[in-house]
Amino acid sequence: MKNIVRGYYDESYPPVPTGGTRFWRRNVIWQAWRFVVLNLKIMRIIVGGHS
Amino acid sequence: MAKIVVLGAGISGHTAAAFLKKKLGRKHEVVVVSPGAYYQWIPSNIWVGVGKMSIDQVRFKLKPVYDRWKIDFRQARATALFPEGDPTNGRPFVSIEYTDSERKGETTKIDYDYLVNATGPKLNFEATEGLGPGKFTHSVCSCDHAVETWKELQVTFERMKQGEKIKFLIGTGHPAATCQGAAFEYALNVAYEIKSLGLMHMAEITWISNEYELGDFGMGGAFIKRGGYITPTKVFSESIFAEYGIKWIKRAGVTKVEKGVAHYETLDGQMHAISFDFAMLIPAFAGVGMKAYNKAGEEITGQLFVPNGLMKVDADYSGKAFEDWSVEDWPSVYQSPAFKNIFATGIAFAPPHQISKPMKSPNGTLITPAPPRTGMPSGVTGKVVALNIVNQILKGSDGFKHKASMGKMGAACVVSSGYSLFRGNAATMTVFPIVPDWQKYPEWGRDLNYTVGEAGLAGHWIKLFLHYMFIHKAKGYPFWWLIPE
Repeated sequence: MKNIVRGYYDESYPPVPTGGTRFWRRNVIWQAWRFVVLNLKIMRIIVGGHS
Repeated sequence: MAKIVVLGAGISGHTAAAFLKKKLGRKHEVVVVSPGAYYQWIPSNIWVGVGKMSIDQVRFKLKPVYDRWKIDFRQARATALFPEGDPTNGRPFVSIEYTDSERKGETTKIDYDYLVNATGPKLNFEATEGLGPGKFTHSVCSCDHAVETWKELQVTFERMKQGEKIKFLIGTGHPAATCQGAAFEYALNVAYEIKSLGLMHMAEITWISNEYELGDFGMGGAFIKRGGYITPTKVFSESIFAEYGIKWIKRAGVTKVEKGVAHYETLDGQMHAISFDFAMLIPAFAGVGMKAYNKAGEEITGQLFVPNGLMKVDADYSGKAFEDWSVEDWPSVYQSPAFKNIFATGIAFAPPHQISKPMKSPNGTLITPAPPRTGMPSGVTGKVVALNIVNQILKGSDGFKHKASMGKMGAACVVSSGYSLFRGNAATMTVFPIVPDWQKYPEWGRDLNYTVGEAGLAGHWIKLFLHYMFIHKAKGYPFWWLIPE
């Protein structure tokens, strides 16, 4: 069986999410809060973007 | 009574027409000219392209909506502008050719007091040999294209189930193409579907892009706060691709496509070829190719349009060096400098220059994304132009009460994969402003409080929410005007 070597390819170097990061990305309560925060930010940039 | 003609019924034209009629009422006439019978919510074409939405979930017929709003809808293509009229009639007019089944090919003239050019782009597949539907690659740029792409994708999935290893190539199909966000989203959705089918081991997915770095998106990239650091969107985008098992080729301009092979040039001047079994590549955009004539019938297209057919507006087209670019180069009222009663919104206006730094290969090929103007900027510019025209008609002034420059406007790009409420995922990016303002924000070019990149279900919900909200708005359902662009 050949070794799977991580490295030497472009796709080997970016950060990949840990199990914990993936958990919070799918945690409904935390994501409901982020939904509110992101919507407020989007509203702010829409309202501030034109006069 | 004033008469306003809106060319195009996409996000920008439809928004402009809706606000014009709402504010002007029955005393003034609004005419919409669009070659298609349908309005389509283009951002959701991605879901049509992976079979998660039907074509009728992303489009609806325009005529019933315009009949209800008392807007005169002509299913037709604008072919020529006569901003000074002609020798027989001093009023400006536009020539149109009907495209509906009853009057197909018939031509007529529509005079106007104000003209809003919101035709959107011509999908310029011809600029790359072998590119596009009916040739060797697929597209999700229109809902019809997305339906065909989904049919082919299903065939491809069947081949994988039969044990065939398949190479996917997704990205940009021209050295100066834009709309990387749509291609990015499609790549993630294809990867998500393949993973859901348990076939990832049978797929090799490659992203090909004219971006200098991933995450450029035609906006020169952005910096965001993430994980305790300020990082470029390059890291954010590469991280998502790595997570989805997608490889990438950057700084690449696709120059030619043959059956199963895409030829491309990289910024170092090298020529390459990559084989594929399924390819979805975004074409270059151009203007729709309208001509313009003066009263004597002489062509004045060059006064109104830049060479690729997009319309000149109140921008700085002097061709400054990259180091001298400023947010002030960008238009704020979208008025033609040649004719004060003509405006261009959405993708139809000619940007003064790229946002990303122009990069040329040693062979002289410009390999740089064009600036994006889809989605939010299209809606905002349509609304601002409509409100200014309303103001001029009702108050009789030449001034502009409303302004919206891409150097002062933000945008949100939600790249979502999957469709159910809890099984999807998304990468949400917001930038403020779209065009980096290195004078106002000397360190990072943008306001880091409103320039955000994060992954999670929240973005997926936003994407679903936006789909239903904007369809509600476009159909003119109750309180549609309260929904922002």
